This record gives sequence, structure tokens and C-alpha cells, in this order.
Amino acid sequence: MNTVIFRTLAPLIVATMLVFSWYICLRGHNEPGGGFIGGLIAASAIAVYGMAVGVPTVRKALRLDPLAFAGIGVLLAGASGLLSVFIDAPFMTSIWWFMSVGGNEVALSTPMFFDIGVYLVVFGTISAISLSLESDREEDL
Amino acid sequence: MELDTQDYVGMAAIAPFVAAVFAPLLGRLFGHISGLALALVPAAIFYYLTGFAPAVVNGETIATSLDWIPAYGIGLSFFVDGLALVFALTISGIGTLIILYASAYLKGHEHQGRFIGFMLAFMGAMLGLVLADSLLGLFVFWELTSITSFLLIGFDHKRQAARRAAIQALVITNIGGMCLLAGAILVYVLTGTWEMSAVRGMGDVLREHSLYLVVLLCFLGAAFTKSAQFPLHFWLPNAMEAPTPVSAFLHSATMVQAGVYLLARMTPSLGGTAEWMSILTIFGGITLLWGALGAIKQTDLKQILAQTTIASLGVLVLLLGLGSSYAVAGVAVYFVAHACYKAGLFMVAGAVDHETGTREITALGGLRNAMPVTFAGAVLGALSMIGLPLTLGYFAKEEMYAGLLSGEWTVLLTLAVLLLGNGLLAGVAMIVMIKPFMGPQIDTPKHAHEAPIAMLVGPVLLGVIGVLLGAMPGFVGANILEPAASAIRGSGVESHLSLAIDVTSPLVWLSIATWAVGVVAYLQANRLRSMLRKFDAAIGWTADTVFDRVMFGLIRFSARVTQTLHHGKLEIYLVVVFCALGLALFGPMLAWGGFDWLVPTRDLGDWSQRLVLPSLHFYEWAIFITAIIGLVAVLCAPTRLVAILALGVQGTSVALIFLIFGAPDLAFTQLMVEVLSVVVLTFVMSRLRLDVKDHRPFEDWARDGTIAIICGAGVSLLLMLVLNGELNTRLSDFFIQTSVPIAHGHNIVNVILVDYRGFDTLGEIAVVMGAGMAILALLRRPKKEPVAKKTPVPRKAKKVTP
Repeated sequence: MNTVIFRTLAPLIVATMLVFSWYICLRGHNEPGGGFIGGLIAASAIAVYGMAVGVPTVRKALRLDPLAFAGIGVLLAGASGLLSVFIDAPFMTSIWWFMSVGGNEVALSTPMFFDIGVYLVVFGTISAISLSLESDREEDL
Repeated sequence: MELDTQDYVGMAAIAPFVAAVFAPLLGRLFGHISGLALALVPAAIFYYLTGFAPAVVNGETIATSLDWIPAYGIGLSFFVDGLALVFALTISGIGTLIILYASAYLKGHEHQGRFIGFMLAFMGAMLGLVLADSLLGLFVFWELTSITSFLLIGFDHKRQAARRAAIQALVITNIGGMCLLAGAILVYVLTGTWEMSAVRGMGDVLREHSLYLVVLLCFLGAAFTKSAQFPLHFWLPNAMEAPTPVSAFLHSATMVQAGVYLLARMTPSLGGTAEWMSILTIFGGITLLWGALGAIKQTDLKQILAQTTIASLGVLVLLLGLGSSYAVAGVAVYFVAHACYKAGLFMVAGAVDHETGTREITALGGLRNAMPVTFAGAVLGALSMIGLPLTLGYFAKEEMYAGLLSGEWTVLLTLAVLLLGNGLLAGVAMIVMIKPFMGPQIDTPKHAHEAPIAMLVGPVLLGVIGVLLGAMPGFVGANILEPAASAIRGSGVESHLSLAIDVTSPLVWLSIATWAVGVVAYLQANRLRSMLRKFDAAIGWTADTVFDRVMFGLIRFSARVTQTLHHGKLEIYLVVVFCALGLALFGPMLAWGGFDWLVPTRDLGDWSQRLVLPSLHFYEWAIFITAIIGLVAVLCAPTRLVAILALGVQGTSVALIFLIFGAPDLAFTQLMVEVLSVVVLTFVMSRLRLDVKDHRPFEDWARDGTIAIICGAGVSLLLMLVLNGELNTRLSDFFIQTSVPIAHGHNIVNVILVDYRGFDTLGEIAVVMGAGMAILALLRRPKKEPVAKKTPVPRKAKKVTP
């Protein structure tokens, strides 16, 4: 699989997939998509990249351990639920904040952060599994 | 600000927890001085609670409630009546002295701050328990006392005996906790309320219900385990492994009294029946005698006192069983008297141990000159325990006897048991008071000298209180006896305490008889002890050894269950799982007539109508056929890799079906899952180094095939059955209507996931992450040793290995 064509094209494909995964994640509240599917796309991108350039390079590019992404995701999702403390409402009551940027309405909300948390968990876990399956050497695990 | 003080009753229970959090830090910064500062917390609570006394003495109750789980009508409610106030004042008052004592007792201990933190949390749990109105609140605090006492008993966690005692106490009291929860739920089901103040008025509903006995047994199970009633008493002496301040607190005012408190609290709701009376008096009586004899059997000061606690708890339970106005008055006075003298005597025992290095009464003697103040504390406490006039213990004894002067033989038997028990306890009190302090001085491991002042305040003050209250019958009657006893009985109880001694009254002669038994027990203690020990040796086992047997049996049983269920062979796991799935699919369908639709019993002619081909577009047909080709390809695949890819074809077709029928989210996800699972499965294949082909023997092949067909058919049937039913659109209508106005999202699937059911999703992603970690752990094989580094195996070892 490690052909020159694949190796050359892979970064392009992976970059596109990652951007697309973000797009899918963020538009999820109104269109098909969301954190889960976005995370799956990003994880597939990582798996593809691993096949093309090798696991150590991917790990270096990720900077953090893939499972750390998952951990951050769980924390982020939990923390977004805790924010409702500040409006004196039960855990995970959503808070919405609409602001206008250059004439467009942009909505920020706790469910959005929650969804990003889901994205990170799925991305981190699946990447971690696929990367360790891909690597042959033990030190990559 | 009358209203404000009422609103914060719950704070009295929560403040110690807050203080407990800071205790370790303070302990590290300021050493044992921090103990003195932290003693201010219970002192403040005591002062705050005394503010309620005038209202409570007038017969008022103060109630306050916080929302907890409003959807289920559960609130965190607190209330203060006579019973709660007497207990809460005792807990916070003695708690103050004990924290003070502990600051000196554990001076220089590296974990002193932590210890005082545990003590404060323990106190908070106990305060919450006695102030709680909601049965569920009571249960929570009840379990908190178990957990905090576990931490305290096992404080010296490096010793195995302490760990065992802690676990034993936790196991026994938690069994009771489960009983309490069951009882609380039953009470809620029968009366429709969680509040004990409301249940109190509905006693008849409970007593006349057919489930009364079950409810009663649940509450008795809770109370008997906590208050160490026979035959569940054995954890209490073992709990002496805890540092002495814990014992002093545990035995006098806190955890072991929780069971008595629960029974007292439930008396108006559950008490008064024949079952209540007989069970409580019988078990209370046995516990009394058992504890009193047990105390004489011991020679360790702390063990002696621990056994007398068991006896005292027996007395309290027995009196609650009798339930007459005299008896409940006895409970109220005896509780306070016992708390004072038992805490004091334990602190004396701790001081003796601390300054001489031993607690064996046979190795102690003549300490009165070296430790005069400690001796004074011991005398004051013991006098109240013996029940001499002018002490609170005297009134407690009088009240017990006063209700038992009628002629029935059961009553006379109870009287005799009480008399014998009290007499033995009086004898034990004399042993504790006289043996270590009088007679010729015996050399001790440490050179005996007086304890530091913080350790003397407690016993002396409590002793003085015990005597002082005994000299003020009017005050005790109006402020302790009447409010508490009325709260226990649920109706007014009048005090009739007085110091006047009437020689013609049989009560006086009963008291004298008690003291006489005590003197005899004291004089004959050595002979009694050897007799009792011989008797024990003849039996050969105790409840304690039974507990060990049960625990070890449990461990062996669980090991065997694990061996059976977790045999470690993936193949068998999978077979079991899928067989269970098949059963779960077909069992209910057979039981509830799921096949009636498939095979019409009345009209078989319907079959032709049911087998009509649906009218589909050509592309829909194409997708179906692709899916079927994929499935057939899986079965015919020459190698495993082809099979995996073929499975992907089928999955992709399903994704397309989702897409066509309006579920783009699902289709998207399905597609990604298919792609990823093909990729991951391929990797797994390459790692597992399986054969390219499947070489299963025919039996395995047939078995796995059968299971697969059964499960597949089951799922298909179930889906067809579901489709056959009428679609209930209640939920989808709700989501369609509310997803934009409430959750500001047009994608209902996503709105449900991140908003309406966000809590579930949070749990799910945590599971995803946990599963990921587990998979990584499985993949992490041990590092292979490089061949060159391998050291040759020694010959000896080679011979040993078969």
C-alpha cells in the first residue's frame, strides 16, 4: 500500500477529511452530522494517514496521545454540563448565547461544546485503537 | 431573625463536613493546636442548637426543607423535636470534648489532621442522621456514619487487626443499611410520604397492613446491626482497634446509638404491637446479659467498656420494646446518663493507656496518687454508671424499674433481667473505678504521670455534668425527659423525677438489690471470669469466628463462580452470549404470541396475501440485491479478508437504504462505521496472524451456523413484528414541535443526542473511552526480549519445571 502516489496524495486527502469532519461536527445541530460522525471521519483520516506515512510520524503530528484527546473530550462534555450552575439550573441545562458577527448571527451554546466533546472522544478512541493496530513495533503502542 | 435560624438547621449537619475538609490542612500547618480550633465547630453547633431548646420544650417542632429531587417529591428535610434535640446536643457536646481530647491524645501523630477530619465528618453524619426528617435523608446519613466509622476504625491501617475490624463493622452495618433502605421504601409505598414527621401520624396504616411484619423486620435489621444487638454484637468489641477518642465517641453518642435512635423514632409508627414488644424485649434482654457477662470476662479496660456498651444498648432496646411512658422516660434519661459516663470512662481508659502504656487491669494498680484528676473523672463516671443517688444514672435506673411493678410473670422476668444486668454493670463500674487506681502501686511500662489538661477536661466535665444533672431532677425532667419521651411516644409524658426517697417504695429496695448484686459481682469478679472463660472454651466458637467462616466462604464461592463464568476462552464467551441473545429474542415472542401474526391460526389462506412483492423502484431493488450478493459473498468467501470486504458491501447497502428512506444521519454514520470496521478488522487479522482460511471442524461449523441462523431469524422476526404494530408518534411529535423553540436545532437526531438526552450521551462517551482503553490494554503485548540478551535458564530450574 505504501506507494509513491498514495504517500503523495495522503496528506491532501487527510487534510480535506479533517476539515470536512469539523464542518460536519459543527453543522450537526441543524443539518445531518454531529460530533459522533465527525469524530469517525477524523479517525478514518488518521487511520489513512497512518497507513501512508507510518504510525510514529502520525503520533508526532498529533502531539498528544490519541487517548488524551478522548479524555479531554469527556472532560469538555462534562464541563459544558456544569456551566448550568451559573444560571441556577439543573445539570446539563443548555445555555445559548447569540451574537452577531458582521451581520451574521452566530450561536454559541453549551450543546455545541458538548458535541465537540463527543467529537474528541470518538476521534481519540478510534484513532488510538487503529494506530496501535497499525503499528507493528511494541514501542508505538 | 427567627426565620433565618430555622432555615439553617441542615447547616448544623453540614458544617462539620466543611470543617473536616480543612482539618488535614490545618493540622499540617498548625500541628495539634488546630485540634483546639476545630473543637470550636461542634461547640458552635452545640450553642446554636441550644437556641432551639425553649421552643422544643414548649412542644414545638422546627422543620425545614430543601429541594433535592423535586421530580420524585424527595426533599432534604430536617426537623427538630425533643428526641432529635437531645441526641443532637449530646453528639455536638460530647463531640466538642472528644475533639479536644483527640488533639492531645494524637499529639505529634503525622496524620492527626486527617484523624480529626474523619471525626468531624463522623459527627456531621450523626447530626444529619438525628436531624433528618426524610427517610431517604436518614438513610444517606446512616450510610455516611458507616463509611466514616470504617475510616476511623481502620485509621491505623498498617495493622491487620484494625483493617479486619473496619471491614467487619462496614459489612455488618451496611447489611443493616440495606435493610433500612428497603424499610424506607416500603414505608413510602404504604404511606405515600418520605417524611417521618408525617409517617408518625399514620402508624395505624402501617400496623394494620399485611406487610407490617416485613417493614418491622427491615427496621429491626437496621437497628440491630447498628446498635450491636445479639447476635450481631460481635463487631463492636472488635471496633476497639480504633484509637480511643473514636471509641469514646462511637460508644457514647454516635453510631451505635443510631439504631436506638431509629427505633425510638419509629416507635409511634411501628411500635406498640405484640411483635414489636416481644422481639425488642427478648433481644434487648439477651443483649443486656450477654454484654454484662462479657464485660466481666475481659481484663482489657477498653474491652470491658465496649462490652458494657453492648449491655447498655440492650437496656435501651428492651425499654423501647416495653414502650410504656416510664420505659420511654427511662430511655431518654438513660441515653443522656450513659453518653456522659461512657464517654468519660473511655477517655479515662485512654488517659491511663496513654500515660502508663497498658490497659490491662491486672497490670494496673495504685494510680490514684500519680493520676489524681483522672481518678476523679473515673469515680464521677462510675458513680453514675452504678446509679447512686444524686447522679443521672440513678434516675435512669429508677425510671426503668418504675414501670415494671405489676404482677405478671413476663413483667417480673423483665424486671429480674434488668436488675441482674444493672447489678453486673454496677460491678463492672466498680472494677473500672477501683482496680487501676486503688491498692498498691504496680510498675507500668511507662512511668505513670498525669495526662495533659486537654485529655482531662472531657472526663471531669462529663462526670460533673452527670452528677450535677442528678442533683437537679426538676431541670432534667422538664428539659430532657419530657420533650424526648413525648417525642418517642408520640404523646405527652409527664416527668415525676424527684430526689425524695420513700423507704416504703419498692423502688428503693430494687436499687439496693442492684447495688448488692454489683458488690457481689465486684468481689467475685475473678471467679466469675474464670468460669465464663471455661464456658467459652467448652463451646469453642463465637459469632466472630462464624463471621470469618462466612466471609471466607463468600470469597471461595466467588472464586468458583468466576472460574465457571470467566474461563478465559473467547469462543465459549461468544457462544454463551449469542445463545442468550437467541433465547432473549425467541422466549418472549413465544410467550406472548409473537407468531400469531406470522402464522394466522384461524385463516391459513392469508398466506398468499402476505407474500406479495412490494412495489419498489428499480434502484431500490438494486440496493437490496447488492446487499444480498454481499451476504452470499460472505458465506462463499475463499479467504477471511474477502469475507470482511463482502460484509462491507452489505453494510454499505444498508447505509444506502437509510439514505433513501430519509435518515441521512444514520446513513452517514453507518457508512463511516462500515469503512472503519473493515479497516480495523483487516488490521486485527494481520495482527492475530490467523490462517487465511477458516479451518473449523464440522461440529463447530454446524453449531456456530445454527446459532447465527437462530439469532438472525430472531432479529428479523422481531423487526417485522415491530413494524406490524401501530406507530406511536407521541415522541416524534414532541421532538418535531420542540426541537427548534427549545433546543434551537433543526436536526432532531442531534438535538436529542446533545440536548434532550445529553446525560445519556455523556455516559456513553465515557463508556466509549473506557472500552478504548480496555482494547489498548489488550493489544499491549509484553515486550519481546531480544534474542541476544536472553540469559540461559539455570539447570536447577529446568529440572523443577515439568
